Amino acid sequence: MNIGQLPLADWINSGIDWLTQFTGFFNGITNFFQAIVNAIQWVFDLLPVWLFIILVLALSYWVKRDGKKWGFLIFELLGMLLIWNLGYWRDMTQTLTLVLSSSLIAIIIGIPLGIWMAKSKTAEVIIKPILDFMQTLPAFVYLIPAVAFFGIGMVPGVLASVIFAMPPTVRMTNLGISQVPGDLIEAADSFGSTSWQKLTQLQLPLAKSTIMAGINQTMMLALSMVVIASMIGALGLGTQVYFAVGRNDAGSGFAAGIAVVIVAIILDRITQAFNKQAHH
Amino acid sequence: MTKVRVEVKDLTKIFGKQAAQAQKLLAQGVSKKDILAKTGATVGVNHASFSVHDGEIFVIMGLSGSGKSTLIRMINRLIEPTSGQVLLDGQDITKLDKKQLREVRQEKLSMVFQNFALFPHLTVLQNAAYGLELKGMDLDKRNEKAKKALRLVGLNGYDQQYPDQLSGGMQQRVGLARALANDAEILLMDEAFSALDPLYRKDMQDLLLKIQEQMHRTIIFISHDLNEALKIGGRILIMHDGTVDQIDEPEAILTHPANDYVERFIEGVDRTKVLTASTVMNHAHAVNITKAGPRVALRRMRDNDISSIYVVDDENHFVGFADADDVADLIRKGSRDLRSVLKTDVPSTHPDTPVNDLINEISKTPIPFCVLDDENHLLGIILRGSVLAAIAGEEVTE
Ligand SMILES: Nc1ncnc2c1ncn2[C@@H]1O[C@H](COP(=O)(O)OP(=O)(O)O)[C@@H](O)[C@H]1O
Ligand SMILES: [Mg+2]
Repeated sequence: MNIGQLPLADWINSGIDWLTQFTGFFNGITNFFQAIVNAIQWVFDLLPVWLFIILVLALSYWVKRDGKKWGFLIFELLGMLLIWNLGYWRDMTQTLTLVLSSSLIAIIIGIPLGIWMAKSKTAEVIIKPILDFMQTLPAFVYLIPAVAFFGIGMVPGVLASVIFAMPPTVRMTNLGISQVPGDLIEAADSFGSTSWQKLTQLQLPLAKSTIMAGINQTMMLALSMVVIASMIGALGLGTQVYFAVGRNDAGSGFAAGIAVVIVAIILDRITQAFNKQAHH
Repeated sequence: MTKVRVEVKDLTKIFGKQAAQAQKLLAQGVSKKDILAKTGATVGVNHASFSVHDGEIFVIMGLSGSGKSTLIRMINRLIEPTSGQVLLDGQDITKLDKKQLREVRQEKLSMVFQNFALFPHLTVLQNAAYGLELKGMDLDKRNEKAKKALRLVGLNGYDQQYPDQLSGGMQQRVGLARALANDAEILLMDEAFSALDPLYRKDMQDLLLKIQEQMHRTIIFISHDLNEALKIGGRILIMHDGTVDQIDEPEAILTHPANDYVERFIEGVDRTKVLTASTVMNHAHAVNITKAGPRVALRRMRDNDISSIYVVDDENHFVGFADADDVADLIRKGSRDLRSVLKTDVPSTHPDTPVNDLINEISKTPIPFCVLDDENHLLGIILRGSVLAAIAGEEVTE
């Protein structure tokens, strides 16, 4: 007997068709994401190159406490000058905009989700497989509906990055809060604290460095999405790589790729140093 | 008899899913072990009843797993009782809703934990002020009260340190200060001193007794150490397998054990045998050989008005013993090393040696015994006076 192929693809298509009637809702999300993107890009466009470099160096100087500080500052300076020299400056700020806005959204959604998971067994059981799904589903798959709902441009790129990059923040928030020793929770309870006081005065402060490690991973994952995001019109270094591939121009591809690596190293070291600094 | 502050009635805790069935079996007199085998439920506390009076130190004691922690946690409902009542000044706390329970915990009950449970991200001062902060007291006022509590427990000048910068003993002083600061009349102390080394434990017991003389709190104190219970308890409750065996004054426990279990528990504990070297020892004045030379040693002896001093290494291992006269000679000769005048033939003993076995020798030697553990750490010294005082009645003699 031939039971035939399940029409899974058709079902999903009709589901997506059905969803497109909620244009108001999707427009709302689009506008919200676009506003965040525009705000960040506006700041970057306002800053002259030299001021941007000085600000990054100053931030690194401030957060980095270990001995390798000066080496890192020189690396940063040369790296940013190289990007500028190669003519990728605006692309780099666009990439940063993409990464920062998707990380910001991932944090805004991810931390409360992680807290909820830590507080409720049911939430944990439901959210865990969704996170796995988000991280393993090939990104190309959701690019298609993303374009259907959000059009072409930065917004669907941000959305795809959020989906892919959010899981570590959720997981590490859950982990950090669950790891707070039981006797400290008991002590807080025994003195009559509320759940909210326990969360803000005890669990979040003690989970801080674990959550920061999650945020660091989220940023790195968001950065790894820049090329894919460029396929649906998100501008930045990813676009340069994507075009170079199209022109079969290995040299430009590598040049833009190296710029991505420099951005990755700078972002990674700064967030890590920030995390180390958070300890007393 | 003074007023009853805490009254516990038929309090029972059963851990596990089949609590109802376990309750029934318990009522039929089935043992804890058989109930676990039949239902998979653990009897934590089995129909405990007792009352604690205003201003007394009520000690709950039993071996590990006997249900002490469960029992004390049902008093502030960190553990929800399966059945029974806890009356606090007549108010049944098992009936309170969440908000009322929080208020009672803030106002009336404070707890001190075995492993200190200090908040690692808060300073000593912030830790001590924690309960007051929850009450909503403003910063200046709560800092003032927290400082007062820290002074009371003998911690001056550590306000801005973090807990992990302090030794275990000092951490528990912070734990005690945190509980004292918010003026709760009832203190729950779950093996508060069990994690401390013997000498520090003795100091803390003395401190608690001293504070109690001034403040007259009602204290429920858990211990698995009979010496400790006999020393600080006004009355002692002995339990095993979740069941209360006897509630009595220390002397009565020793002289009239209620059943075989209690009898076995106190076996061999009569009078001086209760006292071991570690319970009667005093602080040894010592200098570190790697840091201190003759001048430092001599000044230390003068400051403390003693004629000889112990010498240890970086890790507090016993190295020797130096007399003031010899050290003064060294200084005259211009030598910088204590090693040449060290004496090592000092009488020593183990912290667990019963004082009974020491009495004769102590009276024979002019030099105090030093107390060394298995690793040769210098824990303290035994002065003749304090042994005699202990035997004469400060501890458990009749
Ligand atoms: N959360 C729990 N779940 C199941 N059993 C428990 C739990 N807490 C304690 N118990 C059991 O209850 C009994 C009493 O434990 P506890 O009150 O911690 O004893 P103690 O403090 O005297 O060492 C033990 O048999 C212990 O295994
Ligand atoms: Mg216990």
